[in-house]
Amino acid sequence: MLAFLIRRIAEALVVMVVVAFFAFSMFRFMGDPVANMMGPDATIADREAMTKRLGLDQPFPVQFAAFLGNVAEGDFGVSFRVGRPVIDLVKERLPATLELALISGLFALVGGIGLGVYTALRRDGLLSRAIMAISLIGVSLPTFLIGIALIYLFAVELRWLPSFGRGETVRIGGWTTGFLTGSGLASLVLPSITLGLFQMTLIMRLVRSEMLEVLRTDYIRFARARGLTTRAIHFGHALKNTLVPVITVTGLQLGSIVAFAIITETVFQWPGVGSLFISSVQAVDVPVMATYLLFVAGFFVFVNLVVDLLYFAVDPRLRSATTGGH
Amino acid sequence: MTEPLLSVRDLTVQFPTRRGLLTAVDRLSFDLAPGEVLGLVGESGAGKSMTGSAIIGLLEPPGRIAGGEIRLKGERIDNLPAEAMRRIRGRRIGMIFQDPLTSLNPLIRIGDQLVETIVTHTDRTPWEAKLHAASLLEAVGIPAARARIDSYPHEFSGGMRQRVVIALALAADPELIIADEPTTALDVSVQAQIIAVLKDLCRDKGTAVILITHDMGVIAETADRVAVLYAGRLAEIGPVADVISRPHHPYTRGLMGSIPSLDGGRDRLEQIPGSMPRLSHIPPGCAFNPRCLQAFARCVAERPPAYRADASEAACFLLDPAMSPAEAAR
Ligand SMILES: Nc1ncnc2c1ncn2[C@@H]1O[C@H](COP(=O)(O)OP(=O)(O)OP(=O)(O)O)[C@@H](O)[C@H]1O
Ligand code: SF4
Ligand SMILES: [Mg+2]
Repeated sequence: MLAFLIRRIAEALVVMVVVAFFAFSMFRFMGDPVANMMGPDATIADREAMTKRLGLDQPFPVQFAAFLGNVAEGDFGVSFRVGRPVIDLVKERLPATLELALISGLFALVGGIGLGVYTALRRDGLLSRAIMAISLIGVSLPTFLIGIALIYLFAVELRWLPSFGRGETVRIGGWTTGFLTGSGLASLVLPSITLGLFQMTLIMRLVRSEMLEVLRTDYIRFARARGLTTRAIHFGHALKNTLVPVITVTGLQLGSIVAFAIITETVFQWPGVGSLFISSVQAVDVPVMATYLLFVAGFFVFVNLVVDLLYFAVDPRLRSATTGGH
Repeated sequence: MTEPLLSVRDLTVQFPTRRGLLTAVDRLSFDLAPGEVLGLVGESGAGKSMTGSAIIGLLEPPGRIAGGEIRLKGERIDNLPAEAMRRIRGRRIGMIFQDPLTSLNPLIRIGDQLVETIVTHTDRTPWEAKLHAASLLEAVGIPAARARIDSYPHEFSGGMRQRVVIALALAADPELIIADEPTTALDVSVQAQIIAVLKDLCRDKGTAVILITHDMGVIAETADRVAVLYAGRLAEIGPVADVISRPHHPYTRGLMGSIPSLDGGRDRLEQIPGSMPRLSHIPPGCAFNPRCLQAFARCVAERPPAYRADASEAACFLLDPAMSPAEAAR
């Protein structure tokens, strides 16, 4: 178990270094950082001093090593656009994105599993067919269109829910939360649905097909032959076996929520790291872009690690395979 | 015979398909006495599994019972509501499938699978059920049963898993067990042990068994009577010794001829030429007529009913007492 954990963490670190390499390469290939930082009227001497100060005269591997060292210490450089440390900018924006991702992730997970199980068990029901048909739209419509449609309906026409921003937030330590105020919660509804809908549909379709598959297995047939109740067969046996293979894809879907948040945050003017990224792209603010890349990759790697551990907890075959039996 | 435990009358199982209605089991009738072991044999596709599934009420749609009736101790069970049939499954009729590797839920401890079955059908508390589960595992010959009750299925070998499956099928003391090729998927070396476990336990508990198998050797050793199916129809049924040594139906004769004799001699008599017809191409009259060396005019025109012959019954016009010798000679 411990060996497995250590190996997974080592793998995660390798992935992060590779991503860091790409992030770092952005500095080289996207514009001239010195020109970006100093503006057009700096002297040649100033430029050279700056180049030296930033370590840009060093060979590439040395620069990369220095970059990794800084990142490990939490120093992601200074934003070209705002002139403040990137880490501070991200810290301000992170709670908004993480809270949005959490709620839409829960929405996708609970809704996806619930509807997936329902449509699998009521395979030929009218409601099931309707859900499946609608879900096809959910998968094929682009996120921003869904967002705009929701805004039009619930914010503009019905005026039930706010269409932009986080509402009132409460500050707890370094964290600003929207969970504690009415307007904060109301503001989460539309963006969470927009962001989670695609993932929910995918999870639902996956759970449905996996569950149908499991319901055809011999052990379910044998459970029937033993006269277990339908309830026990569906929820005690089939659901469990359905969720094991679903864990991976679901984990990746939830990971990608953070990446997809860019669009949703833009549509809803949500003050998270996604919209920070968009404004940075417009200004070619490379340190912020690089940090964002690292952040999204880090989130993915983290989710993957959690997924692996979950597998471990859920599947006894895996447990004894990697620990060499009991 | 005393009142039969199970009575199957004119059982017909059909599948609607794109190419029409297929009849997998065709007006099959037989009785089973309490505690009796009935072997069910026939080529692949003869309808053995369908018969078993129909009896326990687990036909996969679109397959369905299209006619006839099934009675358990006189009570009809083929048309019961789903919930009533569920209560019969496991409690009064158990079933064992071919593949022990896939019959157990891989994510649930075997002890929990046993407890769940026992608690569903009896008044035992979970704690009593667990004790009972351990004794069942002991009874099917799992070594160190108490210690292994919390193991997962993958921690057992194929043979041990099939023992667990037998324990599960017997957990609520059913009156009838349908065992559908319970050893086909197992290593040859453990097949005999598993059959022995099943046979001994059922004898001790007085459980009747329908044993579906391709292995006439197993039938000879285990069963009291044997039913031979051909293309979904009963060809012959009778006491094991009679059917093996004095088969009456030409198909049974061919079948017995193609079994190597016990002394290993090379008296393989005749192999039946041809193969069993597909369900969509069952010939009119006797289903066996294209392959039967003794077929005559009547065999193509009418379907033979079951005729009594010694202690057996066989569906062949040759056994019709009213048939003229001249007709048969043609
Ligand atoms: N879903 C289905 N649709 C149409 N025909 C089917 C279906 N399932 C089974 N059958 C047919 O029903 C017939 C009887 O099948 P069954 O499984 O009872 O045979 P069996 O005697 O158990 O054979 P085996 O020895 O191979 O297990 C076969 O000819 C099979 O092709
Ligand atoms: S009824 Fe006719 S065809 Fe059928 S087995 Fe008897 S002799 Fe052969
Ligand atoms: Mg079969």
